[in-house]
Amino acid sequence: MTPSPVLRAEGLSMAFGAFKVLDRVSLDVFGGEIVGILGPNGAGKTTFMNLLTGAYRPTTGRVHVLGEDVTHLATADRCRRGIARTHQVPRPFGGMTVFENVLVAARNGRGDPSGDPVGLAWQVLEHTGLAGVANRKAGSLGLLDRKRLELSRALATGPRVVLLDEIGGGLTDAEADRLVALIRDIQRDGVTIVWIEHIMRLLTECCTRMICMAGGAVIADGLPGDVIDAPAVRTAYFGAAA
Amino acid sequence: MSAQIINAVLLGGYYAVLATGLAFMFSVMNIINLAHGSLIILSAYGLYIAGHMLGIPLALAVPLVCAVMFGLGCLLYRGVLARASAGSELLPLLATFGLAIILDNLLFQVFGADTLSLAPLVGDLSWASVELPGDIWVGQLSVYILIAAVAVIGVLEVILRRTALGHRIQAVSQDRATAALLGIDTGRTAAIATGLALAVGVIAAAALGLRSAWGPYAGAAQLLFAFEAIVIGGAGSLWRVLAGAMLLAFAQSAGAAVHPQGFLIGGHLAFLVAVFWRLQAWRDRLSALGSARTAA
Repeated sequence: MTPSPVLRAEGLSMAFGAFKVLDRVSLDVFGGEIVGILGPNGAGKTTFMNLLTGAYRPTTGRVHVLGEDVTHLATADRCRRGIARTHQVPRPFGGMTVFENVLVAARNGRGDPSGDPVGLAWQVLEHTGLAGVANRKAGSLGLLDRKRLELSRALATGPRVVLLDEIGGGLTDAEADRLVALIRDIQRDGVTIVWIEHIMRLLTECCTRMICMAGGAVIADGLPGDVIDAPAVRTAYFGAAA
Repeated sequence: MSAQIINAVLLGGYYAVLATGLAFMFSVMNIINLAHGSLIILSAYGLYIAGHMLGIPLALAVPLVCAVMFGLGCLLYRGVLARASAGSELLPLLATFGLAIILDNLLFQVFGADTLSLAPLVGDLSWASVELPGDIWVGQLSVYILIAAVAVIGVLEVILRRTALGHRIQAVSQDRATAALLGIDTGRTAAIATGLALAVGVIAAAALGLRSAWGPYAGAAQLLFAFEAIVIGGAGSLWRVLAGAMLLAFAQSAGAAVHPQGFLIGGHLAFLVAVFWRLQAWRDRLSALGSARTAA
């Protein structure tokens, strides 16, 4: 028996007017995977993520979380079913402290609201290394800490799957490595990860599986090494066949 | 002179009560509620019905009408503002402007043009005064209104900064999409915030009805004072509304000292100065940004 997927996208399409951004994309993500998504700009990666979180309604197709159809659920309800995401450009609530940012997620985002949200928020901050700046205003953080905060808020919602949108962008190599170590930790704790990234090195180091998107469709799906070497990927991603 | 200063401070307290609901809604939802004044007048009629017709003591009538207006605020958000703010920025402005016209005329239809007051409900409180050293007389009611203003702003600030609801409201006001991603029911939160803003308007209605009188079309004047206080004070913390309200009252008193009819003009002048000053600061920041970019 094959295990059932944590997250299933089934024939997702998205069109803005006559412009088709996504064309019948299907993807099954299984527990414990780190799935990297690469692809050129305009491939539809971020749109795909927005369909998974419910920011947009798909033109066609369905989204399932743990076997439950969530296609018609609002973003907040999907969060409580276990989908969390981080933004490419971090979007902290600048007027609130780091701790309050995480607390608001712990209070509102968990499917099972039992347990103490304050304790959970601290636990997450300890884990992500932000406990030392917990009482600072979130707007005053530097880039790495802002990215950590995005991740902390996502974790505080008790997710089954976390969608990362270019979390490595704009960081130095050393900073990115620290973030990668953290992401590995999170995966070891049983959270499944879907990760859009332009920095190939981070994906190849981390991912258990990789897919490549181009022109609104999945053109390759497999082990990282195989996907990078696939001729279709080389053409789409690196320009002409290398 | 010191009597004028004290009275300006007390008048500022009244303007602060008037402006707080409007400022709260703007800071939380970026909606300039042009029906704010008319909704206060509606609350005043509510207090009048409760007090004069049903014989409910004012101390009970205020929380009662607060509860009703809170519910009405939730409905107003769900029915009108949620739809309007999904469109362009202008739409909530037009929607609330239309709502103000409907409310004003509805109130005229129901209650007629009579000028009403809540003062008879509280015995001699509306003209009772205490003497301060230096032969200065201060109206008791004005002092209570100032205390109410500070209390209302204090309570709202505590709700915003310290409670789970307040954190939800802050999150929704700063970034609605991200708030939803963290599991916050953004529609419900905004509806509650609108309810709170309208409930605060009931305190303003009580202040208005006790210190003077109103008719069905009195909303526009209240809106104008509230709006001027907010623009003078600036956005950010609600305490700035209190400061803006004080400045407005000072400018009006100064205007009245110059000329018997200078009261309103003094306030309008302060408002205009604040607008141009803000505009200039904004331009300076833009040009500073521009030159930084050229330098880079």
